[in-house]
Amino acid sequence: MTNHTLSGAQMILECLKREGVDTLFGYPGGSAIPLFDALLDSNIKVVLSRHEQGATHMADGYARATGKVGVVLVTSGPGATNTFTGIYTALMDSSPIVVLTAQTTRPSLGKDAFQECDTSGMTFATVKHSYLVKNSDDLPRVMKEAFHIARTGRPGPVLIDLPKDVMAGPCNAPFTDQLDLPGYKVPTYAPAEAVEKVAALIKKSTKPVLLVGHGAIISGASRQVKELAEKLNAPVTETLLGLGAFPETHPLSLGMLGMHGTAYANKAILECDLIMSIGSRWDDRITGKVEEFCKNATIIHIDIDPAEEGKVLMPDVFLAGDAKLVLEQLLPLVGKLDTDEWVKTVQTYKKRYPLTYPKQGGLRMQHIIATLYEQTQGKAIVTTDVGQHQMWVAQFFKADYPRQFITSGGAGTMGFGFPAAIGAAFGTDSNWPVCCFAGDGGFQMTEAELATASIHKLPIKIFVMDNKYLGMVRQWQDMFYSKRYSSVSMVGNPDFVKLAESYGILGLRIKRPADAERVIQRALAYNEGPVLIHCECEEEDNVFPMIPAGAPLTAMLTEPPKAQLEKPTGST
Amino acid sequence: MIENTAKPIKVAHSLSLLVANRPGVLVRIALVFSRRGYNLDSLVVSPTLNPDFSRMNIVARGNPEILAQIIKQLEKLVDVIQAKDHTGNSTVEKELALIKVRCKPEQRTEILQLCDHFKATTVDMTDTSMVIQITGNTDKIDAMKHLCDKFEIVEYIRTGKVIMLRGEGTT
Repeated sequence: MTNHTLSGAQMILECLKREGVDTLFGYPGGSAIPLFDALLDSNIKVVLSRHEQGATHMADGYARATGKVGVVLVTSGPGATNTFTGIYTALMDSSPIVVLTAQTTRPSLGKDAFQECDTSGMTFATVKHSYLVKNSDDLPRVMKEAFHIARTGRPGPVLIDLPKDVMAGPCNAPFTDQLDLPGYKVPTYAPAEAVEKVAALIKKSTKPVLLVGHGAIISGASRQVKELAEKLNAPVTETLLGLGAFPETHPLSLGMLGMHGTAYANKAILECDLIMSIGSRWDDRITGKVEEFCKNATIIHIDIDPAEEGKVLMPDVFLAGDAKLVLEQLLPLVGKLDTDEWVKTVQTYKKRYPLTYPKQGGLRMQHIIATLYEQTQGKAIVTTDVGQHQMWVAQFFKADYPRQFITSGGAGTMGFGFPAAIGAAFGTDSNWPVCCFAGDGGFQMTEAELATASIHKLPIKIFVMDNKYLGMVRQWQDMFYSKRYSSVSMVGNPDFVKLAESYGILGLRIKRPADAERVIQRALAYNEGPVLIHCECEEEDNVFPMIPAGAPLTAMLTEPPKAQLEKPTGST
Repeated sequence: MIENTAKPIKVAHSLSLLVANRPGVLVRIALVFSRRGYNLDSLVVSPTLNPDFSRMNIVARGNPEILAQIIKQLEKLVDVIQAKDHTGNSTVEKELALIKVRCKPEQRTEILQLCDHFKATTVDMTDTSMVIQITGNTDKIDAMKHLCDKFEIVEYIRTGKVIMLRGEGTT
């Protein structure tokens, strides 16, 4: 190797720099040593996680908070397999991450070498694209393509499997900015005639609803969504991942729809004559029984992924394109609609069926969330884990800004919230506090990352919502399985305050509703490092409204049912 | 190949894919079908005039709405340049089969007559056996195979279907 020739590992790092990467999340191991060695001479910051799943969720949280590509670096074998949950989570929620997995040397491939695994073979179904680099000279091209594919179109995870000798050996190929991907097409604007058709359909509507999803946030279409809603005078509802794309405190906002969405959003969906999805994919948590969903309404679907057309339901018009660009096409073609009556009706629903929770009794998660919302005036980056607390955060923390609400939607990955908050804290340049809500179950899946948060002194507020149950599963067993609780008790939980303290992290406790205000105030004022707030909550609280899985929206329950319900027919 | 569960026979669709010659492309394509429980009847992979690309011809049967979704999902793959369903298009479609039958010398004439009728050829012959080669569309090969059933078929193999659009345009 001459002085001018870079090693494969050095080339990878140079390519990362060219892609604007300054931070990566990882965990070393035998095969990955060449790259970790080269990192010592680079100015890329390495965040050492305590588990590869944590590193992957960190990169995902970083990506969601910033819109930039999150980068993961792990070793071969178990290092790689530990990232799979995170890769799948990123795929389901269209989050751009690049995962570099080290691999055994090329001559050892297929020989069951130590820590060898067929990483690319095992992940074909959960990546947007992947590479196994067999030739060092392919590195500049592969790195260029990987970042392009991860961040453009419908974003997603891209995996690059790197044999150790590819990293250790020389790379003689020059950098490249050229892309030669004839099979990769990124829609931008929708065909003009289709947009005109949509405009004509909208003009006929007197009861429209705009359904805004993650795609609107990814494309940066918030301003256009607001402009369209106000121009048409049309109510707006959001998916779980769309929260923040349109200000929830806006008078036209209906908040989240679907299984645990607001009653007023779901009632509006039942009665609307036109629904236009902007970057959402008709998830089963939204549609319930698809055959009944908006069956008398005109359906318009804007999505950058052409394969979404007709995947769940067939719209009247499908516009393949970038949400922001398509809305810019549409805006000049539409004007105010005759919706005064409709908006009035919807406002009545908002008053008649507000989101509430019982104020008496023990400590409720809703109370903690509402208190944090008040104290931060909604100016916080919030991540959640998965389960009951997640739905309550979606309901009671009114997200007004894109990228402030980060949650695992499609995959519903327990263990996501806390490492995602760490990633968001590394990525964000805002001075808003990063607040993580996690249940006692999910938090324990990735709680080892307390060390990561502690050593970097990240001022994250970690709310462990401890009800000593896997609450959402318990709720289903309560409502649909004759209260036969099976494997949902979390007896054996640690004292989370002591756990935090053992990592050198400030631990606080909320036991009674009256403590919440004071303790949260203290947590928000503390900026020397992370703070964990152990919230000892009501054990058997249930989330409402609820539409049983697979049921039509008319089956919505706004309060606990009097009788046992049939087992749900829909997905999980 | 994916297991053919004995469900009612649905229309067979002839797909043509242009794919990049990249490792893993066949697995990625197979996963799009298998995840949706779709059966593949046959698969042919062939080089094209451009060494960077290959042509795949796939015959698959199942629900047409699912197939429409499968084609979109195939087109979404980075290494798939184009995926088209040529069912109903004017195409030349050919398969090749080899049929090995056990036959005594006195049975040869009848078999050779069959071959003549179907423009099949004998590509191997011993005292006790013959190997017949036949090309044509699916129905023709099925018919020949059916007629050979009265003799003892020792072994039988056929290629997948290759498809080419009629006229000047490319498939």
